[in-house]
Amino acid sequence: MSRKLKYSIFRYNPVDPDSKPGMQEFFLQETENLNLFVALNILREVQDPSIQFDFCCRAGICGACGMVINGRPGLACRTKTADLPDQVSLLPLPGFRLVGDLSVDTGSWFRAMNEKIRSWVHTDKEFDPQEQEVCMDNRVAEKIYELDRCIECGCCIAACATAQMRVDFLGAVAMNRIARFMIDPRDKRGHKDYFEVVGTDQGIFGCMGLLGCQDVCPKNIPLQDQLAYVRRKMGWQALRRLMPGQA
Amino acid sequence: MRVIYTDLLCIGAGLAGERVAIEAAQAGFETVCLSLVPSRRSHSSAAQGGMQAALGNCIKGHGDCPDVHFQDTVKGSDWGCDQEVARMFVDNAPVAIRQMDYWGVPWNRVVAGRSCYYKGGERLEKEEPLEKTGLITARDFGGTARWRACFCSDGTGHAMLYPLDNVAVKYGVQVHDRTEALSLIHNGEQCLGAVVRCLKTGRLLAYLARATLIASGGFGRIYRASTNAVINEGGGQIIALDTGVVPLGNMEAVQFHPTGIVPTDILVTEGCRGDGGTLLDVKQERFMPGYEPEKAELASRDVVSRCMHEHMARGLGVKSPYGDHLWLDIRHLGREHISVKLREVDEICKNFLGIDPAEQLIPVRPTQHYSMGGVRTDKNGAAYGLKGLFSAGEAACWDMHGFNRLGGNSLSETVVAGMIVGRKIVEFLQGHEISLNTGLVRNELKKQQERINRLMSRDSGERVYDLRNRMQDILMDYVGIFRNEKDLNTAVDELREVLHRTGNLKLSSSGTGADPELALALRLPGMVRLALCVAYGALERRESRGSHARQDYPARNDRDWLVRTLACWPESRDLPRLEYEPATRIVEIPPGDRGYGGGGVIS
Repeated sequence: MSRKLKYSIFRYNPVDPDSKPGMQEFFLQETENLNLFVALNILREVQDPSIQFDFCCRAGICGACGMVINGRPGLACRTKTADLPDQVSLLPLPGFRLVGDLSVDTGSWFRAMNEKIRSWVHTDKEFDPQEQEVCMDNRVAEKIYELDRCIECGCCIAACATAQMRVDFLGAVAMNRIARFMIDPRDKRGHKDYFEVVGTDQGIFGCMGLLGCQDVCPKNIPLQDQLAYVRRKMGWQALRRLMPGQA
Repeated sequence: MRVIYTDLLCIGAGLAGERVAIEAAQAGFETVCLSLVPSRRSHSSAAQGGMQAALGNCIKGHGDCPDVHFQDTVKGSDWGCDQEVARMFVDNAPVAIRQMDYWGVPWNRVVAGRSCYYKGGERLEKEEPLEKTGLITARDFGGTARWRACFCSDGTGHAMLYPLDNVAVKYGVQVHDRTEALSLIHNGEQCLGAVVRCLKTGRLLAYLARATLIASGGFGRIYRASTNAVINEGGGQIIALDTGVVPLGNMEAVQFHPTGIVPTDILVTEGCRGDGGTLLDVKQERFMPGYEPEKAELASRDVVSRCMHEHMARGLGVKSPYGDHLWLDIRHLGREHISVKLREVDEICKNFLGIDPAEQLIPVRPTQHYSMGGVRTDKNGAAYGLKGLFSAGEAACWDMHGFNRLGGNSLSETVVAGMIVGRKIVEFLQGHEISLNTGLVRNELKKQQERINRLMSRDSGERVYDLRNRMQDILMDYVGIFRNEKDLNTAVDELREVLHRTGNLKLSSSGTGADPELALALRLPGMVRLALCVAYGALERRESRGSHARQDYPARNDRDWLVRTLACWPESRDLPRLEYEPATRIVEIPPGDRGYGGGGVIS
């Protein structure tokens, strides 16, 4: 006999003046291999077509469906109901502007973050279409890819105590991105340049080391290591700035 | 009337859209990209295995060059492609990939020395020479003569999209995400922009632009089972078709990928087979060598999908509650290879199937994957029918894929076409001004607002989701891998009926704000029209070519059908008007044998 699951879903439509924030309950019979992507779409198709939520690739690749599932930020598409109790509470990710119900505006947040940390390869070299690519050790390429696997789902921000207290905190996602550029030989920025973008309380020095980010990262990116790496480099840079004649 | 003006409006912010946008922004033009989702969530991010570019760096790619890539692409297309475009594509792919490298993509590199690899089930050895160390390497893919698919593990699309979006940020390309273009603003000759619905608030806006690009990806979601992201519902093709003057090319050319997983239809990359994975049947025996002795699992996708379908029809599939399937076996590649080179596949298997691919078999079957058809353009990316309208990427029918796209050629197309079409748009913008007729803009806004008002006020009518599901089921049942006149007639008749019923949609929700049901209700009639272009085009094409396999016309007919279908939709009709043009004007390689797939040819 399959279970009947109770879903408590956060409902609020900010553009509807009659809408009041609150939890709404739905019931759905559990079927084999059910995940939250399928369950939420059934609820929308059959019970309430107005529920707002975000899915895109539904394969754990694009990062669209981050939400708080029974108190823990995660990707809904790859959350199997078999791993959940009879009652499932679903809330939008905190730290992002609400679009409606479970849908939040991660696009604006990440764009602003990428602008702030100048998230692109900085180089004086012009691209020459006639030239062969610059050689790179494959181990370096694989190391960069490891950090590039971040899908900007927002779970690390939702799980971060600093980000919840401080709206301008850049979060583990930004520190991981900076670490990625630090190990990329194509990026010609030095520690001084990185210090300018993350050597602050909005950046690496705002991190309290609680590491909720590492616990919830759906891509299992070693965020703890990246935070430590960036903190160490930026810490030295901070000390260097105190020395006479150094910048 | 709320109006946003820009030089270039890109509808879509995946790899193709942003690559074009960057070209325009670098030339100093103001550029706005519209996107249903934040740009980094575009379906480009889901491309896994690789990007084809003839670099010839790795030992198994030795001797590769654009000419060999060209031959593979033309054969892969079953001579359906425009050979002039295919030539431009292969010549520019090495430049495009090196530019992506310059922008920060962490391509896998050649490692000198001996290493083992698998072909079919067999373990072989290769030795990479010292002088190529550190250059971009490649893996094997289907339908190619050399190893040419350059890759970042099996997250290549993601690993390209992030650096490209970084460059877009650097050059100030604006991305207005969570917006949906509902219609193009045009006067029958010139495109002037689009009417756009904000998916955060539900508000309508007019975007006016000197040039407009459609780069919104494919339309796989008109099928019930598709590897595509849920946003791939053909929005760009719909607004082009709705103009009545812009034709869609080869809409019947729909690709089914051999390895969608069962259930959930999520893709596992062709790289699995490229790296030596095999397909097994219910007896856990390889069957592809029996159908394709030479290429086996690495024949082109259309061929492998057909063989799998036939093999299951012979009762050799594996029964499951979700229908028959076959097995993909990558166990012999070893845990280390899987966790480094097939990382997404590893995650997908564990998270969605609950299996460990290093120890267990992966259930797969052919699944709708790619739309070769789309907005028909010339070689510069300019759409037929409207000046100032362009298209690139999967949304377009440029047309380098013809009737079957090779694996790794779509990722490559996004950035190569983006580069070439981007340059052409820059030239166009340098010499092109528009005069604005505010009445025209106001009318188009009003027309779309009235559609919304009608949907929100109707008291009784058809349920939106029911009709969408009906359309999807019709395509699944009658317009699949194998096609015939009877099924296609049924599909056309039933889709016409569904189209009529979409004129009477009723919302169950209020429709206020970013209401998702309203968004689908606005899109659905257009989706059914796309479905009709596919089904009707397939019915009329009385031959088999690439992915279009007619049981009643099994031969490729170069005598009568070496042509591209052009589908236009004149207002108030319930079927597209089909016209045909030669598949290619320039012929470098005359039609011949593909070297796989068998089948007769009428010449």
